[in-house]
Amino acid sequence: MAAEFKEAPAGAGAGEKLLTWVDNRFPASKLYKEHLSEYYAPKNFNWWYIFGSLALVVLVIQIVTGIFLVMHYKPDATLAFASVEYIMRDVPWGWLIRYMHSTGASAFFVVVYLHMFRGLIYGSYRKPRELVWIFGCGIFLCLMAEAFMGYLLPWGQMSYWGAQVIVNLFAAVPFVGPDLALLIRGDFVVGDATLNRFFSFHVIAVPLVLLGLVVAHIIALHEVGSNNPDGVEIKGPKAPKDAKGHPLDGVPFHPYYTVHDIYALSLFLIVFTSIVFFAPELGGYFLEYNNFIPADPLKTPAHIAPVWYFTPFYSMLRATTDTMVNVLVGIIGLGALLAVIKGSFGGKAKLAVLVIAAAACFLLKIFDAKFWGVVVMGGAVVILFFLPWLDHSPVKSIRYRPDWHKYVYTVFVVFFLVLGYLGIQPPTDIGTLIAQVGTLFYFGFFLLMPWWSKLGTPKAVPDRVTFHAH
Amino acid sequence: MSDQQVDHGKRTWLIATSCAGAVGGVATAVPFVSTFTPSERAKAAGAAVEADISGLKPGEKMTVEWRGKPVWIVRRTPEQLEALKGTDGQLADPNSDRKAYPTPEYAKNPHRSIKPEYFVGVGICSHLGCSPSDKFQAGPQPSLPDDWHGGFLCPCHGSTFDLAGRVFKNKPAPDNLEVPPHMYLSDAKILIGEDKKA
Repeated sequence: MAAEFKEAPAGAGAGEKLLTWVDNRFPASKLYKEHLSEYYAPKNFNWWYIFGSLALVVLVIQIVTGIFLVMHYKPDATLAFASVEYIMRDVPWGWLIRYMHSTGASAFFVVVYLHMFRGLIYGSYRKPRELVWIFGCGIFLCLMAEAFMGYLLPWGQMSYWGAQVIVNLFAAVPFVGPDLALLIRGDFVVGDATLNRFFSFHVIAVPLVLLGLVVAHIIALHEVGSNNPDGVEIKGPKAPKDAKGHPLDGVPFHPYYTVHDIYALSLFLIVFTSIVFFAPELGGYFLEYNNFIPADPLKTPAHIAPVWYFTPFYSMLRATTDTMVNVLVGIIGLGALLAVIKGSFGGKAKLAVLVIAAAACFLLKIFDAKFWGVVVMGGAVVILFFLPWLDHSPVKSIRYRPDWHKYVYTVFVVFFLVLGYLGIQPPTDIGTLIAQVGTLFYFGFFLLMPWWSKLGTPKAVPDRVTFHAH
Repeated sequence: MSDQQVDHGKRTWLIATSCAGAVGGVATAVPFVSTFTPSERAKAAGAAVEADISGLKPGEKMTVEWRGKPVWIVRRTPEQLEALKGTDGQLADPNSDRKAYPTPEYAKNPHRSIKPEYFVGVGICSHLGCSPSDKFQAGPQPSLPDDWHGGFLCPCHGSTFDLAGRVFKNKPAPDNLEVPPHMYLSDAKILIGEDKKA
């Protein structure tokens, strides 16, 4: 039996009647209320909270421009490069669509990195928002896959050699590596088969997963409610509510925050369109100059580097040399020794720690540094998924953490930027050394978080969010 | 629901049919995954190629394409051959003992080639597949050690190789440059991709 039918009130207009007709068959009004007009968001959001909606806008830009690019692009190793130039020169306004898409890719990462940083400093990944964070990390992974596979499509020198390097990463996996790389390429070298399958993944498979994850991200967020700069729950059992049960510290998302977001969007579009029109290559950072040379399997460009958004992780890959592996063995040995001397657990557990540490050191030495470089690079992304369980601080937001925590976060950001810079530069001895220190700090930041996040005296967290009407 | 007895007969059948369904699902996945492997056309494209080295002067390098990969033929000068000696301590695998890219028996010698003068190697870095750049000029220069005797530098991650394609220690690349199967058809012709005695 269907649910009870509602009737539009007597004398209602045609629009209201139509909506009642739809609502009886599809929860249109219900969805609108739950996610917009009656979704209560904390009233103390600051400008860090614009990047979620901006990411959604960039996603739409990428999908729309992507659809139009596919109409003219040819996924064929002999035609691809020329078809991109055809879009740039012969298709009316094709250059604009293409520059929007290429600038959109970089803009996506700018917005998403800032969005993730916001979550990091305000503890937006803490209970009960673990799944919001995990879906978000999944989105980040999909974005990386999209960016990497999309970059092959223009079939320039950077496309070709970038893909060559990344696919060969998989060949470093012990035992199955070479077969795995063969399976990804579909040929013994990066070639037409690779281009076609990357095209398929880039335009169909990954976007489908990405959209699913975006929906899951928003559903999970709206289930638990948004965090805020104070890290104070506005919908918890102790939070003050009005007579209807709505949080006093919340405000309906629409129209208050939709208007905020539209304002932020207009500022974003000023920057975005300025780049699209006046500096679409952005000095070689958004579109690398070597990619205007057709792919040549016999000649690697003198200096190859990934696009800027991958360079922090790429630096970590390069930093993992034999020396670095020895340092890691030393650190594991030291950690195990500390656990045995200072650990407050039983003898069996200590023995287990020693055995695991010995096994880890053995594996580190038996496989090539090349493989561990891949593990480090992958681990740097995967470790983000575990953040909700690594942070043991009694307070969520950076505002109420001990002051020195802010310095830890600052150093973390500085190292991330330095790693990004070094990844763009050709390798040098001093650069590698700095990247090694940065890599150790990056992993130390996360892996030691269960301990350092508990240290120090947090400040008193207020009962309600801090908000000054303006 | 909870006060009902479990119907074991029904449950057994549910498990059995689910397993049968899973087997069908996996079997269906096989052809889909198989499409990722190289096609028959890609496999057929791996034939041997001939290279004419009559025009190669000492100190020069030529590149031929074999299976989509660059194969280098370097004619080394006597000084360059001399510089290959005595650097074993700086090399990761001076005698090419590692098995990842097995060096053919006829190239398992200090100059890693059939004829000392000519080096034939696949110009693909054993790290992540970039093609190293020529750095034949000896002496100090950017990204290279000061006692450089000439060789190759991988632009991607800074691995360095000597003029026998041997990788230096503590670099990202673990292996020496691959020596492809090859043979001399005459003094001026090399066949790359085959080494059977005719």
